[in-house]
Amino acid sequence: MVPQDTRKKGIRPRHAHVGKIVHPQDAENVLDTGVNLWFPGPQSFTGEDMLEFHVHGGNAVVSSILNALSTVPGVRMAEAGEFSRRAFDNDKMDLTTLEGVSDLINAETEAQRKLAVRQAHGELFRMYEGWRVKMVQLRAQIEAYIDFSEDENIEDGVYTQVCLEAKKLADAIRAHLNDKRQGEILRNGVALSIVGPPNSGKSTLLNKLAQRQVAIVSPIAGTTRDIVETTLDIGGYPLVVRDTAGLRKASSDVIEMEGIRRAVEAAQEADIRICMVDAQQALDCTNKPSDSFLQNAEWQALLDLPHTFVVLSKIDTLKSTDGIQAAAQAWAQSQRINNRIVPISCANMFGWESLMQLLADDIRTAWGTSIAQQMPLTKTRHRQHLQQCLEHLDSFESIGEDMVVLGAEELRGASRALGRITGKVGIEDVLDALFSEFCIGK
Amino acid sequence: MLRFSLRRRQSGFQRLASCGGSSLRPTYVAQTTGTGHRQRCVSTTSGGHGATAKSPDLLYQSTSDVIEYDVVVIGGGHAGCEACSAAARAGASAVLVTQRVDTIGEMSCNPSFGGIGKGVLVREVDAMDGLCGRMADLGGVQFRILNRSKGPAVHGPRAQVDRVIYKRNMLQTLQTYAGLDIKAGSVADILLDRSTELDEQALKRLASQDSTLATSSATVVGVRLESGEIIRARKVVITTGTFLGGEIHIGLKAFSSGRKGEAASIGLSKSLKDAGFRLGRMKTGTPPRLDGLTIDYSRMPKQLGDMPVSPFSFIHDSVPHANDQVVCYQTHTTPAVHDMIRANFDQSIHIRETIRGPRYCPSLESKVKRFSEKESHLIWLEPEGLPEHTSTVYPNGISNTMPEDIQQKFLRMIPGLENVVMTQPGYGVEYDHVDPRELKRTLETKRVTGLYMAGQINGTTGYEEAAAQGLLAGANAGLAAVHSKGECESQEAPQLTLDRSDGYLGVLIDDLITRGVNEPYRVFTARSEYRLSSRANNADLRLTRRAAALGLVRDSARLARLDTVEADMAHAQ
Repeated sequence: MVPQDTRKKGIRPRHAHVGKIVHPQDAENVLDTGVNLWFPGPQSFTGEDMLEFHVHGGNAVVSSILNALSTVPGVRMAEAGEFSRRAFDNDKMDLTTLEGVSDLINAETEAQRKLAVRQAHGELFRMYEGWRVKMVQLRAQIEAYIDFSEDENIEDGVYTQVCLEAKKLADAIRAHLNDKRQGEILRNGVALSIVGPPNSGKSTLLNKLAQRQVAIVSPIAGTTRDIVETTLDIGGYPLVVRDTAGLRKASSDVIEMEGIRRAVEAAQEADIRICMVDAQQALDCTNKPSDSFLQNAEWQALLDLPHTFVVLSKIDTLKSTDGIQAAAQAWAQSQRINNRIVPISCANMFGWESLMQLLADDIRTAWGTSIAQQMPLTKTRHRQHLQQCLEHLDSFESIGEDMVVLGAEELRGASRALGRITGKVGIEDVLDALFSEFCIGK
Repeated sequence: MLRFSLRRRQSGFQRLASCGGSSLRPTYVAQTTGTGHRQRCVSTTSGGHGATAKSPDLLYQSTSDVIEYDVVVIGGGHAGCEACSAAARAGASAVLVTQRVDTIGEMSCNPSFGGIGKGVLVREVDAMDGLCGRMADLGGVQFRILNRSKGPAVHGPRAQVDRVIYKRNMLQTLQTYAGLDIKAGSVADILLDRSTELDEQALKRLASQDSTLATSSATVVGVRLESGEIIRARKVVITTGTFLGGEIHIGLKAFSSGRKGEAASIGLSKSLKDAGFRLGRMKTGTPPRLDGLTIDYSRMPKQLGDMPVSPFSFIHDSVPHANDQVVCYQTHTTPAVHDMIRANFDQSIHIRETIRGPRYCPSLESKVKRFSEKESHLIWLEPEGLPEHTSTVYPNGISNTMPEDIQQKFLRMIPGLENVVMTQPGYGVEYDHVDPRELKRTLETKRVTGLYMAGQINGTTGYEEAAAQGLLAGANAGLAAVHSKGECESQEAPQLTLDRSDGYLGVLIDDLITRGVNEPYRVFTARSEYRLSSRANNADLRLTRRAAALGLVRDSARLARLDTVEADMAHAQ
């Protein structure tokens, strides 16, 4: 579209040119003055020739330029994601890098951003690509063994070598998968679920969490998405509070066993649980209507889960808050509760900081990643493909040398699964590797 | 220089291009002469060594010089033999035009058929009633199934074949094949019909279309031989192998030739280029031939044929030479051989990398260069036939283009070959091929309707790959020709198209027409993701009925056998 003109005017590639932008049909009509860049392919974002106009961002300016462009034959608006699509088609980016860019755009917290940046810069790609290349080598060796060992002298021990390397690869993938879903949790947010007997203050806590965006370390505020789900930024980590028990809908708490059961089930699926108990009922009263709730087996089961905290709420209703910690501990012991106990009041914000700190520490310890660590898995899609790959590799291990062709099929399945992550699959890579490693004659 | 004035027909009848540099420019008409005469091996001029020049005074004499067939096949190699017979089976009147009748079915290189992957192709050709499987059985002097221990999915039937017996049987089969004639001659030009008069500019634009996007701008109407004769045809199949712009290299000598002692086809190459076909250039090579009587086998490991023998063909229960199979021997190169080759790299044209070389090692020079740490390379000494026919031995693994004297020297450094006499030096061949993305799945070209291409001209290597393509192209040309003579103009002609799941031929064609070629394409089992289901032992179950449904199976015994096999299988279940 543009090449002929720019070369005539001596526009240097990849140099910022400040200049007037005029309508292609009418040289008198100056649309704007802007910074323009010309990127001849293949060194451009998409790998094709690209031209960028950096203009003043007003609506009218942008529209006029787009309209002017539409008068040039062969020019059309890109579809959503089309530039990235072309970058992918021209092998400038792979699928994981693209996903990283998308995550970067959608990141809401610092930790998410850090993770996304690493992925967008190809860190995940390099790791998966490293595995894929290894896989290609293994396949090349097996195929050489099958197609050429009778005619050429393929070295002895090729098959044993392949088995060893396949096992190593499988172990590496397994280790990556056993990361307790760090990356995905970070990317999607740590799910918090609040459960407790009726009137324990769940809805109050929920509303407080939603209204007051609390950030301990990071100055970045969280966002409120909608009534059902709230994301908080706690120390840079995303916490997603879900209305698992439908608290906001009902004005009175649900009492039936079915209701409890459902709430407990949802809580089990969450990453962190807060079990709330009205402090007054726990500590002050002699008649403990909440006891029956606490004796419930499912409730006990919940308390046994990791990342479960007990919150004594409404301590502002107690006669006094002196020695509240000791009293809380004593109560916990009497109930044989081993979880951390935090007494709070949503009315006067007592204990609030402790609760937030507790949550942040817990998240950081369980799911935090440091820069030095290996890049964690971020998407379920990756996890699925890796699991498939692992299944094939495990099958391969169980197949013996006498069924080498079936083994080769498993390796093919494994490499296809891996290839789906980055989007690169193909027999030609295998043949390239084969011929560069083995001297195969005509 | 002669001039003619001739009547002009409405639709015009243009030559693709002039050939041989003549400035004659008639636009001439071919008049239909009625049915072509049935001739047996009519021989005319041309053939011989060196590039043949056109003889303008024989350009066009009279209408009796024009004969007519449904299908013309150019080139009598493995692709050509399958193509012309398949066309005949399809019900078309077919003629095979070849430079020399005595080279029909010539095996240019390795005196063997089959192998891992390739062997399945031979079976697939046989399953569709092709010839090379049966001929290989009749001429086979050692039979083995490769990869026996690795399971039936990758079994590769292979046979050493006696060249003399193979050619004799092939020639005899073709000579007595109903519906088929053989004509000796060299094709100089392909004759096209363009239905609208196109000017220079339009022609240029058509020629500049990319392979994958090319559209049809002409229809083939026949061929013109070097002798001036014209053969009118509805369909033309080009199976010229390595003869297109062929150039032979021995040492630093290069001369035009398609195979040692035979003329290259120059005019055809130019014609195709002018029509816009994208050509590439490839190189292949062949090893020296040795006098077996001068070889000391005493210390070499042996390789015997299988007993009992598994024939290639599904209609053969045994082979004639099962009991007098020849023995193959193994030896190897030595560091001294490698040193000598390294010292003489500058004497070999093939090392020049300007022509695309394959990823694998086609020549000894490339083996030595790329894998310099390997101290020795395997050599298989394969007899070229039965002892009563020949004592020539083919050393498999040492293709090269070194000068003759160097070849003789390094051969003598090989264990067992200390006193060997070289009967023919190894040489390289560079040749033009057509970008196979120019083809449709039927192997018809996109640019010219009715023109088909098969074999090494499409960028493949190997007799088996060529034969398989030839069968498909010839069958389709024949089916299309017969259809065009019939009443139903509007319907599409029945064609044989295979996809990847049908077998190795499907994989081969799919790879060629979608990916093109960067190196001579050969078939391995790794190329087929359907390897487990496309086996040598089930080619008949996969393909025979498909071919029969199109009328391509002439041998009723074949179908009868298939019925029995299928019945047995059903019974067993």
